[in-house]
Amino acid sequence: MRREALTGNQAVAMAVMYSDVKFVAAYPITPQTSIVEKISYFVEKGLMKAKFVNVESEHSALAMTYGAALGGVRSFTATSSHGLLYMHEWVHWASRSRVPLVMAVVTRTIGPPWNIWPDHSDYMDQRDAGWIMLFAMDAQEAFDMTVQAFRISEDERVFLPVMVGLEGFIVGGTTMSVALPDEESVKEWVGERRQPFVFDGSANITLGNLASPEDTYILHRNIHEDLLRSIEVIKEIEKDYSETFGLPYIGPVETVGEKESSYAVISMGAWSGDLAEAIKQLGRNDVSLYRIRVYRPFPCKELRQALSRKNGIVVFDRSISFGSFGPLYMDVKACLDSEYTNVVNVIGGLGGVDHSLGEYVSVLRKILGEMDREEKLEKQIWMEVSR
Amino acid sequence: MSTSESRFPVSRPALGAGGATGAWRTKKPIINISLCVYCGLCDVYCPTSSITVLTRERKIEVNYDYCKGCGLCASVCPRKAITMVEE
Ligand code: SF4
Ligand code: SF4
Repeated sequence: MRREALTGNQAVAMAVMYSDVKFVAAYPITPQTSIVEKISYFVEKGLMKAKFVNVESEHSALAMTYGAALGGVRSFTATSSHGLLYMHEWVHWASRSRVPLVMAVVTRTIGPPWNIWPDHSDYMDQRDAGWIMLFAMDAQEAFDMTVQAFRISEDERVFLPVMVGLEGFIVGGTTMSVALPDEESVKEWVGERRQPFVFDGSANITLGNLASPEDTYILHRNIHEDLLRSIEVIKEIEKDYSETFGLPYIGPVETVGEKESSYAVISMGAWSGDLAEAIKQLGRNDVSLYRIRVYRPFPCKELRQALSRKNGIVVFDRSISFGSFGPLYMDVKACLDSEYTNVVNVIGGLGGVDHSLGEYVSVLRKILGEMDREEKLEKQIWMEVSR
Repeated sequence: MSTSESRFPVSRPALGAGGATGAWRTKKPIINISLCVYCGLCDVYCPTSSITVLTRERKIEVNYDYCKGCGLCASVCPRKAITMVEE
């Protein structure tokens, strides 16, 4: 397979071109900008036969992407942080209308104070919207997930929008060697645009009309149930992708280390690499890392299987639900049976703080030691930072 | 919205899709043919599509099964050709 040196953002742009996207509306925002910059270059050069619209705000970016998708074409947008918050109303419009489309979220801290570095606060702010939410840890995954996202979104069992998360700069802006399948075979694999209804003036149809509370209840419950069921579709599509292009299948949760280990560390995104390294440095083979790649639907069944008979679980969150816990921790806790009491939440990396390998090693050594000695555990621990 | 579809929030408007709204009416639009110029404004504005104006044929008709008596037609008519009268 051909390999190219690409940043995470360039990998997303390539995936969009390869997936035969016909419409892109976007507004620039750091650290997402280089995705849409690249796409507009592809369109200008005639490499990509699509319409690119430079809108005046993110609210319009997703609204236009939504409109084009309703009109029958494969559509894409990308954003970060405050841009994502500004389009939040449309995030809900897209999922509650069951309109297939794909958006890349290059994560960046929400301000104030003004901050351009990555954490997961913007991405996590969308978690209750009814989207399928994937999260990549490097440029290869960003490419593969974006291509798969179009197939997942347009699967008739799903018909929901898909968000692909990747951290700004550390994934979006760093370069790695990416294996690229041939463009034509990707186009063929993604296939024709599929969607539940089209607004092209040919049918007498309206959307978003006033509905009774009962009709609304049923529609919303169906979003939830289709989203829960979509985990099987996501797996099936990733398997098909990896078989077709000869790439490894990873699944919704990646396991690094022994399956039968006594302790589990759970995380999402690029810092999982640091955590895997820290576990290695600890020199303990009774600790494994579980990396969440599909955040919504939350892979409950897969995690419960992976975590059965663990003596202790440490969940790392790169965002905080102020006044409560990290979102990942809350999801993990909700999935586990009640006998799991040794579950600790570590909060870190907010505002784009880069903790050192030594800091990960020492926080893990402290918590695992307490678990070994069966001491009383603090439920929430914050990584230390020095200014 | 009356939706037979439980997965998608779409509706397919059709005459009477919202029920026989004529029963809601307390006032009824009456057209004074001698004033009407068949401009079609009332037809465009009627929220229940209960007025049909055929400009070329010089025809205007109200469907009282669905006219809900809102009075929009009377207020938009530039010729004041429509009067709302108590049922
Ligand atoms: S708006 Fe008035 S003048 Fe125009 S078609 Fe209707 S009734 Fe006639
Ligand atoms: S009263 Fe209202 S519903 Fe009846 S014809 Fe006039 S505009 Fe239509």
